[in-house]
Amino acid sequence: MKELLSFSIAELSVRLKDRSLSSEEVTKTYLERIKETEDRVHAYLTVLEDDAIKSARIADKNFKKNDISSPLQGIPIAIKDLLCMKGTKTTAGSKILENFTSPYDATAVSKLKDAGAVILGKLNMDEFAMGSSCEHSAFGPTHNPWKLDSVPGGSSGGSAASVAAHSCIASLGSDTGGSIRQPAACCGVVGMKPTYGRVSRYGLIAFASSLDQIGPLTRNVEDCAIILSIISGHDSKDSTSSKEQVPNFLEKIDHGIEGMKIGIPDEYFIDGMDPEIKQATNDAIKTMENLGAEIINISLPHTKYALPIYYIIAPAEASSNLSRYDGVRYGVRKEGESEYGPLFGMYSASRDEGFGKEVKRRIMLGTYALSSGYYDAYYTKALKARTLVCEDFIEAFSKIDLILSATTPTPAFKLGERLNDPLSMYLSDILTIPCNIAGLPGISIQNGITSSGLPMGLQLLGKPFDEEGILKAAYAFEKETKFYLKSSSL
Amino acid sequence: MKFETVIGLEVHAQLKTNSKIFCGSDASFGANPNENTCTIDLGLPGVLPVLNKRVVENSIKLGLAVGAKISEHCRFARKHYFYPDLPKGYQISQYENPICEGGQVSFLTKKNEKIIIGLTRIHMEEDAGKLTHDDESLKSIGSLVDFNRAGVPLLEIVSEPELRSPEDAELYARKLRTLVRYLDICDGNMQEGSLRCDANISLRKPGEESFGSKVEIKNVNSFRSLRKALEFEELRQAELLEEEKSILQETRLWDESSGVTRSMRTKEYAHDYRYFPDPDLVPLEIDKEWISKIEKTLPELPDTKRERFVSNYKLPLYDSEVLTSESAIADYFEKTVKSFDPEDAKIVSNWVMGDIFGLLNEKKISIEDCPVTPANLAEMISLIMDGTINRKIAKEVFGEMAQSGTSAQKIVVEKGLKQISDVNSLEEVVTKILNENPEEVKAYKGGKRKLLGFFVGQIMKETQSKANPKSLQKILKKKLSE
Repeated sequence: MKELLSFSIAELSVRLKDRSLSSEEVTKTYLERIKETEDRVHAYLTVLEDDAIKSARIADKNFKKNDISSPLQGIPIAIKDLLCMKGTKTTAGSKILENFTSPYDATAVSKLKDAGAVILGKLNMDEFAMGSSCEHSAFGPTHNPWKLDSVPGGSSGGSAASVAAHSCIASLGSDTGGSIRQPAACCGVVGMKPTYGRVSRYGLIAFASSLDQIGPLTRNVEDCAIILSIISGHDSKDSTSSKEQVPNFLEKIDHGIEGMKIGIPDEYFIDGMDPEIKQATNDAIKTMENLGAEIINISLPHTKYALPIYYIIAPAEASSNLSRYDGVRYGVRKEGESEYGPLFGMYSASRDEGFGKEVKRRIMLGTYALSSGYYDAYYTKALKARTLVCEDFIEAFSKIDLILSATTPTPAFKLGERLNDPLSMYLSDILTIPCNIAGLPGISIQNGITSSGLPMGLQLLGKPFDEEGILKAAYAFEKETKFYLKSSSL
Repeated sequence: MKFETVIGLEVHAQLKTNSKIFCGSDASFGANPNENTCTIDLGLPGVLPVLNKRVVENSIKLGLAVGAKISEHCRFARKHYFYPDLPKGYQISQYENPICEGGQVSFLTKKNEKIIIGLTRIHMEEDAGKLTHDDESLKSIGSLVDFNRAGVPLLEIVSEPELRSPEDAELYARKLRTLVRYLDICDGNMQEGSLRCDANISLRKPGEESFGSKVEIKNVNSFRSLRKALEFEELRQAELLEEEKSILQETRLWDESSGVTRSMRTKEYAHDYRYFPDPDLVPLEIDKEWISKIEKTLPELPDTKRERFVSNYKLPLYDSEVLTSESAIADYFEKTVKSFDPEDAKIVSNWVMGDIFGLLNEKKISIEDCPVTPANLAEMISLIMDGTINRKIAKEVFGEMAQSGTSAQKIVVEKGLKQISDVNSLEEVVTKILNENPEEVKAYKGGKRKLLGFFVGQIMKETQSKANPKSLQKILKKKLSE
């Protein structure tokens, strides 16, 4: 592997600015790396070779003109295929959008483009972000670069695997119930889900609108802060995006965690947790303490309801969001018959053909939860319980600054292992889901490697819009443990 | 047996905004198919709705005008169903917490009886696109869909089931049209579909409290067809009930050409809409300040204006109702009447409701485009009142004004239409006519008093109708009695 592939964004940016490296050279090196790794990893659904070289050349021109204000100028980044990108296939990992070319850019994508980033391509994912293993992609699974017979996690599996495989320097993913943090943990990279509303959802193909959030996956915390600073901020095209001020997340990143209060929720040490992960989490608590943090045991008593709440609200919203894929205007269309005539036959046939098994399962779940006669028993009740989970966090955050836990109860599992057991698959997200339910920011960073050679994740959750606090603690931990420097041998 | 008819209306009013309810696309009518569309109203993957504030303001206006309670917190909900004219597979509408609840609309019946109908709610929603499939030329292609209308803002105005006859239903709908046009929030055109009306109708035995099975009628494209469809349905249901058959709860379509309602296949449309709050739109907070700011912009409303016409101009209730049915007509009347004493207002009213309305009907134009300006009409009426012209000549002057748009005074002068009131001139003409018709004079003097009209006619012919009728009568009678 070429040396430049190991550089972080910050390291690369310095070399691009002093012009010891050109973006074209960097981009071509990454494109070669993609070719070299893709047959084993399959992180990409689309590689934008020509466009990437074109934007790299533009970046190089800007460097020549000394137009170097952006830290992402000329930096090769890849995007989860759930984000729309103008003139590019945007599939959401689904057959139903196999031939859909987006006529517009998602806000987060256009912000990256405006910052001069070079977009290498679109990354694999579980269909419509529904899954925790990337196996529910209509275009075949992504493999974990650490152990190719293991899953990379999901749904942003391609986003995590590509960063871990050094086939891009950083990527964008989306997180609805852990879809950034869980694959980040599985692949030993940094993945952040910002506060709900921090990053515009405009152009992010919706899974569950009240939970979805776009965020970065990177090789270190500093890179995460760089990208987050660029993609955050209010967007008039997204009514749910926040007007909260966006700080430069790099500014206080190295200020240390002396005196910071870190809460350890008892409920996050669940039964059946992998003993190595449990040990690593306890070690992380000690590290934080050594770094000057005050460790406080807390309780989040409604945690056990988070998963059932999630599996009512997310499918309910999904069943609605996915209604637009009807074969009328774009996507798969298949003629068919039905007792209600050919039109409804076309709807059934197109959706049957276009959607995968897991997506159909969740559409069924959600449709049921919203049906008259069941709505109050499921949806209304889930909303009430959601309030209780939120109140748990509010109560906890009145005494502490951050919450620490493992990201996943187990390391990456083997491909196929949980595919036919949806419940065990859903349990992969048990520690990441409450954060989405409450709209909080959260990060997963590497917390060492198991004896079987798979990375473990450490999760930090913060108060709404306190990504700064999370990044500070993650940065301190990373600098102290140097776990992040370990990467797959691929 | 006599049954009591129970009717409730759901009226959809398309709001007159520049852009659509949730995106920046042009909301106007008449563009080429799919010209007024964008990524958002086409429901492409990843797009999000952003509420057009003007839609909320217009809704509040109507809410205030009907005395409804304006919700402080209101939410949008998704209403799910699959149809090719609905791009997202759901319509963004309101379910719980609509923008307005309660309120009432009153109207006058032909017998000048005032009827008050309660409103259940008014809510905001987006319109769907339009399908074309009846066209012969489409047989081989299939159906075509035009999304220009998709996302155009609508207000759904739901009445309580308090209407008791098809006539009242028509009057209620007309009054709503008057209201939205006064507020300038909807152009109220039923043919173009900017005002649409669905009616629920059921029958019950007099004195019974519970409602009978209701039928929903769709596809009425004019106020007249609303009434006719309800009249048909009233009869159909009564006949069934007479035969002790039950009424099927269903949706029926009005067939204008054959004048009947026909059952829509019920199974296909048995929807569970699965309403739930739209997570893409934050709850809408409406504070008192915003409401009072909007309240200050409200125009004088039709009922207030009607009462003012009755008290200020001493007009009959009927005239006042007709003149205030459109604010432009009321404005026209008031601009005309301002140069007269209030007691002469009825004369002005007669001209507006008679000749002006006739002219508008004939030319199929609205009062805004009337070639006879209020100033010109006022001048013409003054010329009648001061005796410069008589009524018959006035009709001629009016016709000329309608043609050329010139002033009455100018027409009278140019065409020499000034009335002959001068006694000498009139006596000359009278003498001439009497001399020419000795037989008739003899008959008149012999008692055939009816011949007076004959003489008047002859004299008018002679003077090209310019003789002052009053002076003429006087002189004629005097001459005939000599």
